[in-house]
Amino acid sequence: MPNEAGTRPSQRLSDDTLLEMYRLMLLSRRLDERAWALHRQGRVQFHVSAMGHEAAQVGAAFAINRGVDYVVPYYRDLAMAIALGCSALDFMLGLFARRDDPWSAGRQMPCHFSDRDRHIISGSSTVATQVPQAAGLAFAIRYRQQAGLVDPQDATQPRLALTSLGEGSTNQGEWHEGMNWAGVQCLPLVCLVENNRYAISVPQTEQMAIPSVATRAASYGAQGESVDGNDVLAVYDAMHTAVQRAYRGEGPSLVEAHTYRLTPHTSDDDDRSYRSREEVAAAGEVEPLVRFRQTLLERGLLTPALVDDLETQTRARVDEAQRAAEAAPEPAPEEADSPVLAPLPEGLA
Amino acid sequence: MADMTLIEAIRTALDEALEQDGRVFVTGEDIGRRGGVFRATQGLYEKYGAQRVMDSPLTEMGIVGVGIGAALADLRPVCEIQFADFIHPAFNQIVSEAARMYYRSAGGWHVPLVIRVPYGAVPGGGLYHCQSVEALFAHIPGLKIVVPSTPRDARRLLHGAILDPNPVLFLETKYGYRQIRGEVPEEDAPLLPGPARIARKGGDLSLFAWGLMAHYAEIAAGRAAEEDGLEVEVVDLRTLHPLDRDSVLASLRKTGKALVVHEDNRTMGFGAEIAALLVDEAFEYLDGPVKRLAAPDVPAAPFNRGMFDFFLPGPDDILAAIRDLAAW
Repeated sequence: MPNEAGTRPSQRLSDDTLLEMYRLMLLSRRLDERAWALHRQGRVQFHVSAMGHEAAQVGAAFAINRGVDYVVPYYRDLAMAIALGCSALDFMLGLFARRDDPWSAGRQMPCHFSDRDRHIISGSSTVATQVPQAAGLAFAIRYRQQAGLVDPQDATQPRLALTSLGEGSTNQGEWHEGMNWAGVQCLPLVCLVENNRYAISVPQTEQMAIPSVATRAASYGAQGESVDGNDVLAVYDAMHTAVQRAYRGEGPSLVEAHTYRLTPHTSDDDDRSYRSREEVAAAGEVEPLVRFRQTLLERGLLTPALVDDLETQTRARVDEAQRAAEAAPEPAPEEADSPVLAPLPEGLA
Repeated sequence: MADMTLIEAIRTALDEALEQDGRVFVTGEDIGRRGGVFRATQGLYEKYGAQRVMDSPLTEMGIVGVGIGAALADLRPVCEIQFADFIHPAFNQIVSEAARMYYRSAGGWHVPLVIRVPYGAVPGGGLYHCQSVEALFAHIPGLKIVVPSTPRDARRLLHGAILDPNPVLFLETKYGYRQIRGEVPEEDAPLLPGPARIARKGGDLSLFAWGLMAHYAEIAAGRAAEEDGLEVEVVDLRTLHPLDRDSVLASLRKTGKALVVHEDNRTMGFGAEIAALLVDEAFEYLDGPVKRLAAPDVPAAPFNRGMFDFFLPGPDDILAAIRDLAAW
């Protein structure tokens, strides 16, 4: 949204940053497409897709202090993970369930991100459970600031928790209970709702009696905003407002990014039973990667030649990550019985 | 050395932990100004303030979920679930999240969280203030489950639970809060979850129990010695998960007979696990059936006092079970 000077925060993004956002959206998309192909070839067991959500995720990631602020994502956040610094190889190692899968060593389904160094919290497949945890992370931030242990302005420390989920998941009690807690205690929490209109097969109209999830924010004393989730810069602008509000100690926000899932829910789903081909094709007309490319072409930041170069480079990265992951070792079968409890720290054991 | 009730020992441990470690905070329903419905946090709000002794909104799922988040951020939350009966809304957070975090992230994240849970039958509590939940959670890999039966153990185990890097369910016998008294040393080292306690040595049979039933078992064993000359070894498990298998097996190998007493209902109770362990690993030492004395398979102790007394094993019931097994 415009600030007092009438400019949008995204207008202050450098050309390099804009191109980086595009490169990351492109990498996520091409990794995603490759995963579908590998699944259809029977070379991987499962894939859960982010296709169509890249603008919402990359726009959100770029608005926070990436790698420092806590992020509690959900399984559809491949582009967000990539934007937070996870690599193509990280994704492929998880897709092939290899021993060196950094997110779960082959224990979880793909796209269950976890990266302690980048402050990405491990998630489950149960939806909305991450929301009260995100409130707890936000509480810990505020706790340390109030105790004088960290300076609230110190950008080397986490200053907010960002969590994300689909619109259907906002019907879960855990979403309500986490948002309410964050609202009551005025915690630095930002909740990104990636509204793709379906909870697997059930449309939003059968999930809630309101057209916009953002109106739910009012119940928590939170700021709620709906935005075109296929426009990466619009998402960035809305997120920027929410993030600055959190940094200023003004409490939680909800950003609802209206988007569309271009694929079935997962590789095990067939969406033809619940979405018309016309509807899916229409969504493809406004999908975020093509749109951002067009914007950057119009601004002269991209040229047709550069678009081709980026495609070539991205394909090479995807190829290389796939090759490396396929060649990487499997976990030993007996690693199924790995410890479920953390070891006691030195001096206590 | 001080003489304390169980609840005083717990309050003392919370006070000490808040004093010693700035990362420790406590949260739960009515634990602030009110000092907790059982007074476990009495006086702590005044001493440490609302940020560290923090009334939560009325949401058990939130209490545990926020606790998990704070633990991930390296604080040391001590959450209170007001009654074990109300823990079920938090089941998802405990089971799907806290317990699985370490394994699912291949050691990337861990959850140093303590969840204090008053459990078990209490007169007048009825079906929703009397539940025992240890068996529900003992089934779940990734949790530690601690059930102290003495004030000394309650204090040092609570300190140990806070030091432990894993989620710990700290079950407190609420009926025992004020009826169990004992000596607590001024200076005492934390006790990490794990080891059982041989509450009473004996060679005639082994009695395995925890929480209030361990307290009653000691009373019943004393009477068995006085009235029958039976030497019952009482093993207070103290930690159900991870179970001190060595102590359980060592006691059985010495006595040859095993009685498990719990106030949780019988079917799929933790006594079944003890029985299976003994049959699996010490079959040749068994000199009789592994017996279980447990509550009937009903939801919880009923409100009516006569029905309550029928439900809850007491020292008389335990003594009768000791005599039956000794005579076998």
